[in-house]
Amino acid sequence: MLVAGEEAGAKPEITGRDVLARGARVMWRGIRDEPRRFTLAVVGSCLFGGLVIGQAMVIGWIVETLVAPATSGGDVTTGAVALGATVLIAMGLGRVVGIFGRRLGAGFMQFALQARYRHEVTRRYLQLPLSWHQRHPTGTLLSNANSDVEAAWFPVAPLPFAVGTVFMLFVAVTVLFAIDWALALVGLVVFPVLFVMNVIFSRRMAPRQARAQHMRAEVATIAHESFDGALVVKTMGREELETQRFARRAGELRDALISVGRLRGLFDPLMESLPFLGTLLALLVGAWRLDAGAIELQQLVQVTFLFTVLAFPVRAIGWVLGDLPRSVAGWDRVERVLRSTGQMPYGTEALPGAGAAQLRFDNVDFAYEPGQPVLRDVTFTVPAGRTVALVGPTGSGKSTIATLAARLLDPDAGRVGLDGVDARELTSAALADTVALVPQIAFVFDDTVRGNVALDRPGIDDVQVRHALATAQADAFVARLPAELDTQLGERGTSLSGGQRQRLTLARALAGQPRLLVLDDATSAVDPRVEARILASLRGSAQATTILVVAYRRATIALADEVVYIEAGRVVAHGTHEELLATVPGYIDLVTAYEKAEEEREREHVYDADGDAAAITEEEEVAA
Amino acid sequence: MSTGAITEGRHESAWATFRRGFALSPELKAGLAGTLGLALVAMIGRAAVPVAVQQGIDKGLGVQTGQLDMGVIATVVAITAGILVITTTCGYFMMRRLFTVSETALANMRVRTFRHIHDLSMLHQQSERRGTMVSRVTSDVDSITQFIQWGGVILMVNGGQLVVTLIVMAVYSWQLTLVVLAAFVPAVIVIKSFQKRLAGAYQESRRRIGVMLGAISESVVGASVIRAYGISGRSGAKLSETIDDYQHAQRRAMRISVTSFSTGEIAAAVALAAVVVFGVKLGVAGEITLGEMTAYLFLVTLFIQPVQIATEVLNEAQNAVAGWRRLLDVADLEPDVADPAEHGVDLPAGPLDVSFEHVSFSYPADGAPGPRVLHDVDLHIAAKTRVAVVGETGSGKTTFAKLLTRLMDPSEGRVLLSGTPLTDVRFASLRSRVVMVPQDGFLFDATIAENVRFARPDLSDADLERAFTELGLLDWVQTLAHGLQTPVGERGEALSVGERQLVALVRAYVADPDLLVLDEATSAVDPATEVRLQRTLDAVTRGRTTVAIAHRLSTAQSADEVLVVDKGVVVQRGPHDNLVKDPDSIYAKLYASWLEQTR
Repeated sequence: MLVAGEEAGAKPEITGRDVLARGARVMWRGIRDEPRRFTLAVVGSCLFGGLVIGQAMVIGWIVETLVAPATSGGDVTTGAVALGATVLIAMGLGRVVGIFGRRLGAGFMQFALQARYRHEVTRRYLQLPLSWHQRHPTGTLLSNANSDVEAAWFPVAPLPFAVGTVFMLFVAVTVLFAIDWALALVGLVVFPVLFVMNVIFSRRMAPRQARAQHMRAEVATIAHESFDGALVVKTMGREELETQRFARRAGELRDALISVGRLRGLFDPLMESLPFLGTLLALLVGAWRLDAGAIELQQLVQVTFLFTVLAFPVRAIGWVLGDLPRSVAGWDRVERVLRSTGQMPYGTEALPGAGAAQLRFDNVDFAYEPGQPVLRDVTFTVPAGRTVALVGPTGSGKSTIATLAARLLDPDAGRVGLDGVDARELTSAALADTVALVPQIAFVFDDTVRGNVALDRPGIDDVQVRHALATAQADAFVARLPAELDTQLGERGTSLSGGQRQRLTLARALAGQPRLLVLDDATSAVDPRVEARILASLRGSAQATTILVVAYRRATIALADEVVYIEAGRVVAHGTHEELLATVPGYIDLVTAYEKAEEEREREHVYDADGDAAAITEEEEVAA
Repeated sequence: MSTGAITEGRHESAWATFRRGFALSPELKAGLAGTLGLALVAMIGRAAVPVAVQQGIDKGLGVQTGQLDMGVIATVVAITAGILVITTTCGYFMMRRLFTVSETALANMRVRTFRHIHDLSMLHQQSERRGTMVSRVTSDVDSITQFIQWGGVILMVNGGQLVVTLIVMAVYSWQLTLVVLAAFVPAVIVIKSFQKRLAGAYQESRRRIGVMLGAISESVVGASVIRAYGISGRSGAKLSETIDDYQHAQRRAMRISVTSFSTGEIAAAVALAAVVVFGVKLGVAGEITLGEMTAYLFLVTLFIQPVQIATEVLNEAQNAVAGWRRLLDVADLEPDVADPAEHGVDLPAGPLDVSFEHVSFSYPADGAPGPRVLHDVDLHIAAKTRVAVVGETGSGKTTFAKLLTRLMDPSEGRVLLSGTPLTDVRFASLRSRVVMVPQDGFLFDATIAENVRFARPDLSDADLERAFTELGLLDWVQTLAHGLQTPVGERGEALSVGERQLVALVRAYVADPDLLVLDEATSAVDPATEVRLQRTLDAVTRGRTTVAIAHRLSTAQSADEVLVVDKGVVVQRGPHDNLVKDPDSIYAKLYASWLEQTR
């Protein structure tokens, strides 16, 4: 049922071949963004690595100079033992310093990068216009800012460790050469094999990881949609069907994760065993060299120990390489947001003057999808201080006009003007101060009642908030809330009914004393009587406001000085209610629908009553 | 009715969570013995190399005898290599089994939880919590699978390695083993005390991530409002704050984690130094050989490593356990409105009549019953009648509809359909016979045709078209670019609100219910269409029972009977004409104001 058009279409091509190069570029970007933390982490990691090698050297020395004499009846001084123990503990403390530098540096770097790109992505969301938002599912945008950012910087945590390990390997090879060329050759065979295996692994892992990540998003999308439509699912008894739909995708995700796991299962034990095989090889070669008198026991122990302690850090390289594919996939999605165009920049004009503003549509065309026009050549004027009702059948384009009036969208052709200035020329502040749109579906912020109404706009104090609530007939229910204006609403707060939400958003619009108020059927969930009161108080306080109101009800239309009647995206007629009622058939049908229905019903009723009367007469006759 | 409060931050040990988790996912136990067996063999590989070093030094190098024997060394190396090959193979099979079993179990868990959440009334009662519920079946499960794929194996193998190396160490020298253990005792105590603080820090971090996600989601869902009011600065500041708060929580957890990790590193150094000091003494006393002592130093390093890794993984485990716990908390919630399933009965065939027997309802507030929304409603609706329910906002109309369709159960009294108590009716029967059309015409991200087929997947194209024709909506559909194949967008947002309601209505109509409940189902549709729809609906639903909640009184006028609800009480009932006769009645007032608005 779900069409993941964009997801599937834009799925980044991740092939094993270029993923390492692209991953490296992402990491390089991270390093450039956080050079100091990265340096700290790498220095810490190198210190740690150096001390690990140093410890192998010390152990070798201890075995040769302390253990060997002790076990063969030789002489061991207490001072030498104390020295050995002290050096081991000192090296341990040094490693702690290294660990602190590495892990705090790497961790803080990772967190800082996550935060930085979350800032950037969400800032972008706030800049991008409504038309862009309409094209991108909420779930996708959420995961861009959350899990994709997280995935992009996932390998940053082990990165300094891996860099330190590479350093350590170089030191180890150098040390090996200093000890003996034959043992060094063992290292030169084992270490590159480890590295190559890591690279092969991450290349083979890339497509599997990408698939798992993609399936994860699919599963989330279905869950989102299904839970959103829970009421429909439940009232239709379709839980089982929805579960099957979900289970199919969950099954594909499971298969993707198992395939990731199987590759891991192959790689991990191999990576673990290789250094051990290295140790055995070193033992074999070392024994031969010892026999040849090229090395001493101390060096043999040092070398075998070195391979043992290197086994673990080498895995860090694998961690980084293994997570690069995910990082690249995440970064691609993040970058797509950051590079999104479709900007709707604000202009530079202020809108001088106070009092009601004039709204004018000049030959406006608009389409959400190319080739499917929603508005065609729409022209009308709402004179300053007047109220105009926008009337038309369901789906005729009323909400689109309301949205254009508040410049949430721009026309494809033509012009929307406020007091004679093209809305595109106005600054954001000028627009916000001038126009207030009350949408059909109310949106409540996760904030207090006061916060929701005032929105921290300058100059809106409690007096204005209360006044606006009163005008919107919301004061009574707000007064009954547990903490009145301070009541928390939204996700972690009190839930409001549909009508209450609408009145709250109406109050939000009124609080800013807009010069143009656009009401998009904004009282659909409010009772007739409450609506009547709202309209009355609006009329009482609307001297300085121009109103464009999308309306069906006669009472609302009656408030308007003029009516603009649209059908299928075209203005069919405008004039006073009486004029239209006399001349425009579509308009007559629409606004007199209820009356006609009642008349008809009354006619039927009379007929029914006659029928009843007849029946009674019949019965009486029978009784007689 | 309980809306299912989930206790946040309840304290439960990780072990208890594991037990609960295993009880709910018995698949996890499948072949567990075999997997553990393979893991055990795989672990032996870890101790094989130090033993080889010891054997090689003591028997092959001949430090004491001065006679180096390459043959012995080659044999030891060959045998150990053989063991490594076997243990590596076992490791591969162990991980393969573990991943297959755990991913299968988790996928099942995911699907079961998904289904379970649909059975809870939380989704439609507390719509705000939908986002949280989505994360139960997504990120919470992901955190467990992440843990198993990365940490679980490490924990399992390293736990085993710890045991195996400890045994080998004890075989070589029990005295030195005691010394090593003694060195680690203080570290274990310190790490354990850090674990508690760390758990708190992680919990705080999870909480802040939730707040951050809420803020991001608000900025995305409310994009148009933010733009319209020019308050992107305000939203941006709020977002920045939550993002930074989360970052700070992450840092705090990291600081604690690193400190705890360091304790282990220091203990390791102390243990190694102590082994050297005591080892030399033992060597002098002749209780340990050179090879054994060398092997021992290797073993101590191998013993330290898993401890280090385990502390690392334990941190990640905190996260996974928290995710698992959240999942289990939802899974453990009893559905407040439960399907009697096989214990239930089917509704009798034919038109349905409705009885409310002394029904009262109150939403729970903080556990205790809140104020009553419906009070002692006692009424009967005859089969095949068309009833309109009217009343002011908050009078209890929607609650009435929800009780009627068993989206909720009454606090007191009971609801019966054709004499059968609703609580006894199997959902399969109930949902096929009783359909409600809610106010927000929610549509799935598919075409109009697919959305209507949601109610009846077997509907042919011709049937579909007929349904639209019968409701007089074919003209409207034909004005759309792709007719019935028009995609409706996410939540139906490519259509206008009124259009969504039309599709939702057709969807309910094709479901062919015997009791149709309309909850302001045409509130955003234009009057002409609404009246037309009303008329066609009356015609096609004749012979069924319909209950329509309406604030447009046109619906009430044409109904057989009107129920007037005021402050949770049914104050008036009867046909429209009778009700308006009393000019002081609530209905007459509602009607007067309706007339005022429509004339």
